[in-house]
Amino acid sequence: MKDKTDIAVEIQAAVKRYGNFTALHRISLSIRDNEFFTLLGPSGCGKTTLLRLIAGFEDVSEGQIYLFGDEIDTLPPHKRSVNTVFQNYALFPHMSVLQNVAFGLEMQGKSLSKARKRAGEMLELVQLSQYANRKPAQMSGGQQQRVALARALAPQPKVLLLDEPLSALDLKLRKAMQLELKHIQRETGITFIFVTHDQEEALTMSDRIAVMSNGALQQLGAPRDIYEQPHNMFVADFIGDTNLLEVTVEAISDGDAKCRIDDSHALICPAVETVVVGARLHLSIRPERMILTEEANANQSFKGTVVENIFIGTDITTIVKLETGSQITVRTSNSDRGSKRIIDVGHDAFVNMEVGAARLLAD
Amino acid sequence: MNPTTDVKTYSGFRLATIFCMVILYAPLIVVTIYSFNASNSITVWKGLSFRWYVDVFIGPESTKFKQAAFNSFSIAFIAGTLATCIATAAATAIVRGGQYRLRTPSLGLITLPIMVPEIVLAVATLIFFNSIGFTRGYLTILIAHTAFCIPFAYLPIQARMQGIEDSFEHAAMDLYATRSQAFRRILLPLMLPGIISGFLLAFIVSLDDFIITNFVKGAGIETLPTAIFGSVKQGLKPNIMAISTMLLCLSIVMVTISYFISKWDKTK
Repeated sequence: MKDKTDIAVEIQAAVKRYGNFTALHRISLSIRDNEFFTLLGPSGCGKTTLLRLIAGFEDVSEGQIYLFGDEIDTLPPHKRSVNTVFQNYALFPHMSVLQNVAFGLEMQGKSLSKARKRAGEMLELVQLSQYANRKPAQMSGGQQQRVALARALAPQPKVLLLDEPLSALDLKLRKAMQLELKHIQRETGITFIFVTHDQEEALTMSDRIAVMSNGALQQLGAPRDIYEQPHNMFVADFIGDTNLLEVTVEAISDGDAKCRIDDSHALICPAVETVVVGARLHLSIRPERMILTEEANANQSFKGTVVENIFIGTDITTIVKLETGSQITVRTSNSDRGSKRIIDVGHDAFVNMEVGAARLLAD
Repeated sequence: MNPTTDVKTYSGFRLATIFCMVILYAPLIVVTIYSFNASNSITVWKGLSFRWYVDVFIGPESTKFKQAAFNSFSIAFIAGTLATCIATAAATAIVRGGQYRLRTPSLGLITLPIMVPEIVLAVATLIFFNSIGFTRGYLTILIAHTAFCIPFAYLPIQARMQGIEDSFEHAAMDLYATRSQAFRRILLPLMLPGIISGFLLAFIVSLDDFIITNFVKGAGIETLPTAIFGSVKQGLKPNIMAISTMLLCLSIVMVTISYFISKWDKTK
C-alpha cells in the first residue's frame, strides 16, 4: 500500500460483470485525499457502476478497493465510511428534513439530541435552517438537492460520492450549485467523487477527471490536460467541441510531425510518443485555436469558403468548407469582433493555426 | 375524453347502469329497511321499530349470537394479523429478493388460493386436518383462516411495495443503517398504508367466510356466518336482518377506512 495519508480511494484492477456482460474492464485508479475527482463519460460507460462499487451497493467481480489504505470491497455499505448523494436524492419521504439529515448520525450511534444538533448545523451550512420541519415533498428540487448534500455530509464521511446530483436541476440553478459544491468541498476538506455525463460541469468543478467509455478508463488528468491534450479520439470528441481530420504522418523531426491531409495540404503538429511515420491517424483542432482571416497570415493557412455564421452569444461559430473537402468549425470570441471582421457567407476565407494548435490522437 | 369513444354516449348506457345498480343493491336495501320492521313477519311491514336489534342482544338467541360474534371477531383479528405478517414477509422477499429462479412461481403460488374454488380449498383443508388427526374446533378455523387470508393481505402490500424505489434502502444503508434498521426505519413506515389495507381486507374476508369455516369447524362452535345460517335453517326471522344490517355497516366502515388509508400519504 502507498502512503496512507494521501490516497483516499485506491481502485486496483476492478472488474464488474453482470452475467456475460462486462460493465467494467480492469479499472485502476488512485483518488487523492482532499480532491474533487470526477468520473466523466456518456451514459452506460460504467461510471455509476464504479461509484456503486465504492459505496458498496454492488460487489466487485475481481480486484480490490481501498479506502485510506483499508480494503473495503468486501464490506457492506453501512460499514464503509463513504456517503452518497443520489441522483434522485432518495430523501426519506416520511421524515422531516431535520430527521433526514440526522439519520446517518443516529445510525452511527450518536444520541438523538447530538444528532439533531449536528443536523441543524448542517442545514445552516446549506442555508435551509428555516425548513427543518418540512417534508421533502414540500421543497423545490434545488432545496431537496441541498438536503441530500447535508444528509450525506453530516456523518463526516471520509469520501463523498455524488451520482449526477445536478442533472435534475435547471441550468441557472445547476451553475450556482456547481460553485456551491466546489466551495463546500474546499471548506470541508472531504474528498469528493463526482459522477457526471456533462463535460462542461466536469471541467468547471474538478481537480482531476477520469474520462470513461465502454467500461474502460480513457484518460485521467487535470481538466486542462484533458481538454488540451486528449489521448484519443473518444476523449477529443467527448470533451468540448473539436474538428477531427484524418491525416497520414509523413515525417517526424524535433518532436514535430508533418501530417499530410491531401496532395497539396499538410500540417505540422507536436508528435505524441507513440506516433510512427506512415501511420494513418486523426488530428484534433479545437475551434477556438484557429483564426479566420481574409488573407493568409500564418505559416499554416488553409483556404476555404464560409458556409455558415452562427451567433451563440459569447462567440460566433463559423463553418468553413476547406479546399481539401472537409468542413471545419472556427470559433471567434465576440470580444474580438472589433479587430476581426466577420466574413460573410459565400466569401473566401483563410483558416490560420499555430503549430501547437492541432493535436495528434493515438487512435 | 374523446366524445365519440366516451362510454357515456353509447345508447342504453344509462339504462344498463341503473339495472346493474338495482341488481347489486336492491337486496341490501330491502334487508336494511326490513330490519327496522315491527312485524314478526319478514315480508309484511308493520311500522318502524328497533325491536329486532334489541332481540339480537337480549333475545332468546342472543347468547348464541354473542358467542359466535366473539369467535368471528377474535378469529378475524388473529388470522388477519398472522396473514398480514406472513404476507409482508412474502412481499419483501418477492419484490426485494432480486431475480431468483422461483420468483414467478412463488408469486403464482401465493395468489392462487384466490382463484381456486373455495369448496375445493374447504374439502382439502378438512382432509388435511382429518389425516393429521387434528381435533376440529376454534384452532382449526383459525389456522384455515390464516392460510386463506394470506393472498388477500398480500396483494395490497405488494402493490404498495412496488411503488417504493430501492434507493431509499440504499440511502439508509449508505448512512450506516444495517439491513434490519433500514427495513424497520425506512421500508416498513413507507409500506404501512399497504400493510393496513392488507390487514383490513384479510379481516373482512375472514369475518365473512362461510364455506371453509363450515367444513373445518367442530361441533358446538359457531362463527357469525355459520350461526346465521343455522338460525335461517329453522326459519327466517327479522333478527337475522338486524344482524346482517350491522355486518353491512361494519363492512362499509372498513372499506371506507381502507380507502382513506390507501390515499393517505405521510409525505405531506
